[in-house]
Amino acid sequence: MTTTRRLLLAGSAGAVAAPLAAPQIAAAQEAPGVTATELHIGSTNALSGPASSYSVISRCLEAMFRRLNDEGGVGGRRVRFTVYDDGYQPPRTLEQTRRLVERDRVAFLFNQLGTPTNNAVHRYVNQRRVPHLFLATGADKWANPREFPYTMGWQPSYRVEAQIYTKHVLEQRPNAKIALLYQNDDFGRDYLHGVQDVLGDRFRSMVVTATNEATDPTIDSQIVQLQATGADVLICGVIPRFAAQAIRRVHDIGWRPMMFMTNVSVSVGVVMQPAGVEKGVGLITSDYRKDQSDPAWANDPGMNEWRQFMQRYIPDGDLGDNNYTYGYGVGATMIQVLRQCGNDFSRENVMNHARNIRPMQLATLLPGVLVQSQPDNYNVIRQMQLQRWNGSSWERFGQVIEGAGS
Amino acid sequence: MDAFLLQLAAGIATGGIYASVALAIVMIYQATHHVNFAQGEMATLSTFIALTFIQAGFPYWVAFGATLAVSFVMGALVERLIMRPVQHAPILTHVGVYIGMLLIIGNLTGWVFGYTTKVFPSPFEGGGPMLGGLLSAHQLGSVGVTLGVLVLVYLFFTKTSLGLAMRAAAYNPRSARLVGIRVDVMLALGWGLAAAIGSVAGMMVAPIVFLDPNMMLGILLYAFAGALLGGIDNPPGAVAGGFLVGVLENLAGAYIVGTELKLSVALVIIIGVLVLKPSGLFGRVVFSRV
Amino acid sequence: MSAIQETPGLAAAAPRASVARRGAWLALGLAVALAPLWLLESFHLFQLTMAVIMSLAVLGLNIVTGYNGQISLGHGAFFAIGAYVTAILMAQADWSFYATLPFAAAICGMVGYAVGLPALRLGGLYLALVTFSLAVAVPQLLKHRALEGWTGGVQGLFLMKPEPPAWLTARVAITPDQFMYLLALVVAALCYLLAWNLIRGRIGRALMATRDHPTAAEAMGMDIAALKTRAFAVSAMITGVAGALSAAAVEFVAPDSFTFLLSISLFVGMVVGGVASILGSVFGGLFVLFVPNIAESISRAAPGVIYGIILIVFLFVLPDGVAGLVRRVLARLGGRAP
Repeated sequence: MTTTRRLLLAGSAGAVAAPLAAPQIAAAQEAPGVTATELHIGSTNALSGPASSYSVISRCLEAMFRRLNDEGGVGGRRVRFTVYDDGYQPPRTLEQTRRLVERDRVAFLFNQLGTPTNNAVHRYVNQRRVPHLFLATGADKWANPREFPYTMGWQPSYRVEAQIYTKHVLEQRPNAKIALLYQNDDFGRDYLHGVQDVLGDRFRSMVVTATNEATDPTIDSQIVQLQATGADVLICGVIPRFAAQAIRRVHDIGWRPMMFMTNVSVSVGVVMQPAGVEKGVGLITSDYRKDQSDPAWANDPGMNEWRQFMQRYIPDGDLGDNNYTYGYGVGATMIQVLRQCGNDFSRENVMNHARNIRPMQLATLLPGVLVQSQPDNYNVIRQMQLQRWNGSSWERFGQVIEGAGS
Repeated sequence: MDAFLLQLAAGIATGGIYASVALAIVMIYQATHHVNFAQGEMATLSTFIALTFIQAGFPYWVAFGATLAVSFVMGALVERLIMRPVQHAPILTHVGVYIGMLLIIGNLTGWVFGYTTKVFPSPFEGGGPMLGGLLSAHQLGSVGVTLGVLVLVYLFFTKTSLGLAMRAAAYNPRSARLVGIRVDVMLALGWGLAAAIGSVAGMMVAPIVFLDPNMMLGILLYAFAGALLGGIDNPPGAVAGGFLVGVLENLAGAYIVGTELKLSVALVIIIGVLVLKPSGLFGRVVFSRV
Repeated sequence: MSAIQETPGLAAAAPRASVARRGAWLALGLAVALAPLWLLESFHLFQLTMAVIMSLAVLGLNIVTGYNGQISLGHGAFFAIGAYVTAILMAQADWSFYATLPFAAAICGMVGYAVGLPALRLGGLYLALVTFSLAVAVPQLLKHRALEGWTGGVQGLFLMKPEPPAWLTARVAITPDQFMYLLALVVAALCYLLAWNLIRGRIGRALMATRDHPTAAEAMGMDIAALKTRAFAVSAMITGVAGALSAAAVEFVAPDSFTFLLSISLFVGMVVGGVASILGSVFGGLFVLFVPNIAESISRAAPGVIYGIILIVFLFVLPDGVAGLVRRVLARLGGRAP
């Protein structure tokens, strides 16, 4: 697969880039999307359709740019942030991205949502040399500066997360039998790959798997199936709805495995309370964000900054939804890059600063988790910390673990 | 515990979900001889309305009753305002209108209530897992509610003159009109009842699968399969079909085709039944000769 | 004598006039279709390419649903199969795009025929239900593990749109986007021609007869079963070709590109463009592509609501779609003219 893709890209760079390159370079020099008073940034998100619960991220980012403009903008310019709806359909993403790049002439693209959707534009933006920054997806393919120098992810990849869990299992229970429940899509598959990465040849003998589909009403059957194999460890890569079901079901059938849950699905309000707070005791996850419902952060200056922002700019936003803390972190990263750019928002300069972020702390990220980038390392967030549910909040334990980057 | 038994129990629990939605499908079919593709979306909207009542501080059963009433009115209004004008249009128009409603109601729900997963309370909480963890209290309770609704629907159609009139209106509108049945009132009533039953299904399903605007999309297909399997003109059959689909789907997923193809099991059941035995397993036995 | 000589002349003049008129229409159509090549920048050209492709997909749906009355809510499945056949052959076997087209068409035709067989036994609403279920199940089938080696699973497949051939680039400056538009246009035109020939001939009348009066049609000796399954095959073939073109234009296929919303929007496009109308399919394609954008600009929060409202309003006010409206306007203009 990878080879094919690489060959295709190489082929395309030779054949297609030639006719397209000429107008593009000219456009780059006059810095598209930048006027004397305005900087135009584009994005796509699922504003409608089944994936649209993520549209709050765009809402959060819009509000952050609004705050930035209220505070005088950046580089003497106001930021205009245009988000188009792609309904989470890859062909629509391509259409909307081309609209942003070719018609609206945005300066660059920021935080487009989804793995299949970003896949559809991956080659296009790199051919055109449009910065494609801090995507809202945890797939691990976005940190590939050599082949796709214009694309950068942001959050730690799901695959790294699964590696961390698997290593922890091997430390604690070297002879474990691992049950892996993952959603049968690009998101869930990364968990499968992460576990495979660590176990290698032992995967076949140590792991049993079951999958679910986003359209399944329940995952009771899968849980029962996994329990029957006698596994004593359960790793779950599923979306919040199924996470809550899994926690509840595992508890109700009296199974007590060492249980790991993807950090996509550990929000107290959205997952733990629906599942039943007492049913998830002992559940392990990892995170790079502060959980807003964790009392430990009740008086945290960073989280207070976020709360004030929410109160002032998104007063009707659901404070329990951790997409808002995600959005706040990724937005702060973008704004930092823009500040670094000074007065020059040409695509080359934006990209240059995006790949040279000096390590920094962010308000909504855990202490010790840094945002950074280097020209040869696009894994913007590399650290996570394991944490365990104690019945009312997440208790961090162990060191901040450095995952990717090697 | 025996894995097979657990799979069976899981199947019965999910089957209960399908059965309750299948019942709503049968209701609308009895009243109009149509299948409403927007049924799932209407039920989800009703469930959100119920949640709004509960969050406003009403006790569960008051909210339950209020939701039934609101849903009934909503269903009847849909019939009056949207279905009535195209009553005599070709079937293609009806399908188009259902699809339109599916888009409108589904997106409206998401717009108004948001897309984040929400907890919906169960009236049967507190019992903890029953039967040695095979079923939760809520699953048991909701199966009971589904069966209760089934009995009411069955009695309504077989023992009351209103139920008979409604079936007559759907079966042969012209003759029904000649014997003095107000067909248009029957249609509105049928839509209202179907929406109300759908809302019960939604309120029973939501505590299990959690509430979000797309809650019903997958379920609706399984419910279609259940209704067809049992016979779409037969309420007890549809409920039995719903349970059967739940069990088949889980067992096939666990032991035969793998969990990735569960939805396709529903598809195969739908096609299989329609091609091999269009009246369903229990169809036409009870009351096709009206 | 002169009168006798004149009569054939008159008789010949009428068809000649209609040929001339038809020629004028054709020239106008050609001009309208080709003008964007010079008038539009690449993004709008890409959009128009997708609109042409969508209109082709709607045309396919129209043949089986519009002309033959078999309601399909699952034509996205054929679109997906066409796209995947082309993508697999291009990405995994290094075929040229042109070589994959007949293959995609043939496979979709066969699958369509196979789907048409059980469809024979299903009445309108039930067929709608089955195809609706098919539409929902498509992404799940596409990413199934057994096919993963070919389909690339959830990650999908990347391919390249066909390059303008050397003989063309040697003579005119043509960008890949312009060439893709031209290619889509030519393929679509061929399919439209095929459909037009089919519909206005004996087969078309038979299709409509089985739709409107199946019993009478059968009594007149028509083989309804054969007609219906073949209609399904041709319909699937055309929609599949559209899918193949879309794979090339988008240069990427993935299961999430073919959710049930695709099938729904093809259906909506058909209704709004005009059921059982070839011209309507053109409008339908434009609708499928451009109206989501318009809906988005009306209501950012819920474009789907606007989309649904447009659908229902059309069903109420213009049941014969845009094509019907155009036809009536033209008829009125024509009637008023001396």
